[in-house]
Amino acid sequence: MRPSIDLRGRGHAAYWAFLIHRLSGVALALFLPLHFWALGQAIQGPQALGGFLDWASQPLVKAAETGLVLLLALHLTGGLRVLALEAGAAGAMARATILAGVAVGLTIGLMFLLGVFA
Amino acid sequence: MAEEMLEVSVWRGAAEGRFVAYAVPRRANQTVLDLVSHIQQRLEPGLSYRFACRVGMCGSCAMTVNGKPRWTCRTHVARVAGADGRVEIAPLRNMPVIKDLACDLAPFFDKWSRARGRFAPTQTRTDDFAPVAPASIQRQAADAGIECIGCAVCYSACDVVAWNPDYLGPAALNRAWTLHNDARDGAHTARLAAVAGDAGCHACHSHQSCTEHCPKQISPTLSIAGLKRASALAALKGEI
Amino acid sequence: MTDRLGARLWLAQRASAAMLALCVAVHLATMIYAVQGGLSAAEILGRTRGSITWLAFYGLFVLAVAVHAPIGLRAILREMTAWRGRSLDLAAFGFGLALIWLGLRAVVGLFR
Repeated sequence: MRPSIDLRGRGHAAYWAFLIHRLSGVALALFLPLHFWALGQAIQGPQALGGFLDWASQPLVKAAETGLVLLLALHLTGGLRVLALEAGAAGAMARATILAGVAVGLTIGLMFLLGVFA
Repeated sequence: MAEEMLEVSVWRGAAEGRFVAYAVPRRANQTVLDLVSHIQQRLEPGLSYRFACRVGMCGSCAMTVNGKPRWTCRTHVARVAGADGRVEIAPLRNMPVIKDLACDLAPFFDKWSRARGRFAPTQTRTDDFAPVAPASIQRQAADAGIECIGCAVCYSACDVVAWNPDYLGPAALNRAWTLHNDARDGAHTARLAAVAGDAGCHACHSHQSCTEHCPKQISPTLSIAGLKRASALAALKGEI
Repeated sequence: MTDRLGARLWLAQRASAAMLALCVAVHLATMIYAVQGGLSAAEILGRTRGSITWLAFYGLFVLAVAVHAPIGLRAILREMTAWRGRSLDLAAFGFGLALIWLGLRAVVGLFR
């Protein structure tokens, strides 16, 4: 049988950019209601918010937060590329543009990581 | 010195089938189509495949070579065969396989028709020639997409086609974009209506697999982006 | 038949994306700045309480994301599952309304 998923024609940079954009988008969309709900619960007063922040200062939660910041940053840079491409900018299709977007996203994630664990 | 041999695995069957390996002697400047023709002429007369011009004009010989869609008459074996001398040749994806390496391209061309990929004339033979400035934005946009040979490589490469069988696909949409930029054409609005939405240009996720694999270096991704803007604007204004 | 809905959803998602690009950039910068030296409830509420600028910015942010995310999820579900049609469109719309409700609740809570 021919394999139903064949990765050999999909190894190019733009396909990776699509995968990053889709996976980060789904993760962020699922996280959003939780984010809003948790904030909504925590702001019943400064005390409740303080308790929430104490919980959020655990290393594991900080690591998860960093992951979300990274996903958000990558979705931002990838999204800017898609907007530019659909506006007709041929340069947005280039491999270098894709790599630059990923690099900026990773840098933002790293900045948050250094701040949150400082 | 013994002749250098290639191990060529060729898809035999239709939707159900298997790869059959053939030993083909390696030659200088050999194309993938030469491999298939050698097998059909010397080893397996029952092998079905399609080709016509052999010079990259007719668009009939596209196949999946080592997992990537390619025009086989202009693909040198040296470019695709590894050091192990293996080549895998299968039919194109996203279309029904009739037999072996021959696909049914009817759904592909039906979509050109659905995308209004036909020129709609507005003048008669008694009218003067329509002046089209070569440097105009429209003419250049049309130029960028007009060399399409209809080989279906892009259609075979596109995952949106695989996920959404109603999707018109890169070639039909690229054709629609070239006609949208043709000042002599009289069906611009009807064409934008035909290509808008979830089965048309707005389903494209810019994977760029079409652009990546197009043997004519056309960028259907950019053409589709143009259609997205033009048809969404028309939908917003209520023109379509 | 012309698919006006699909075309307009595409436009709405791109317009909200442009808005979000700005919001997310500010949000990321704020987070990286605020997180230095740890967060405290007093520090956060000091920034948010009674600030009309803050309220307007995050209110818009919530509205933009409530347009953006459901359209994306709808497209993905159409491609990856057999779910299509009116029920999916309504579910996506409902998800957007839920995001507006939860999001504005959190924003107003931090403002008051």
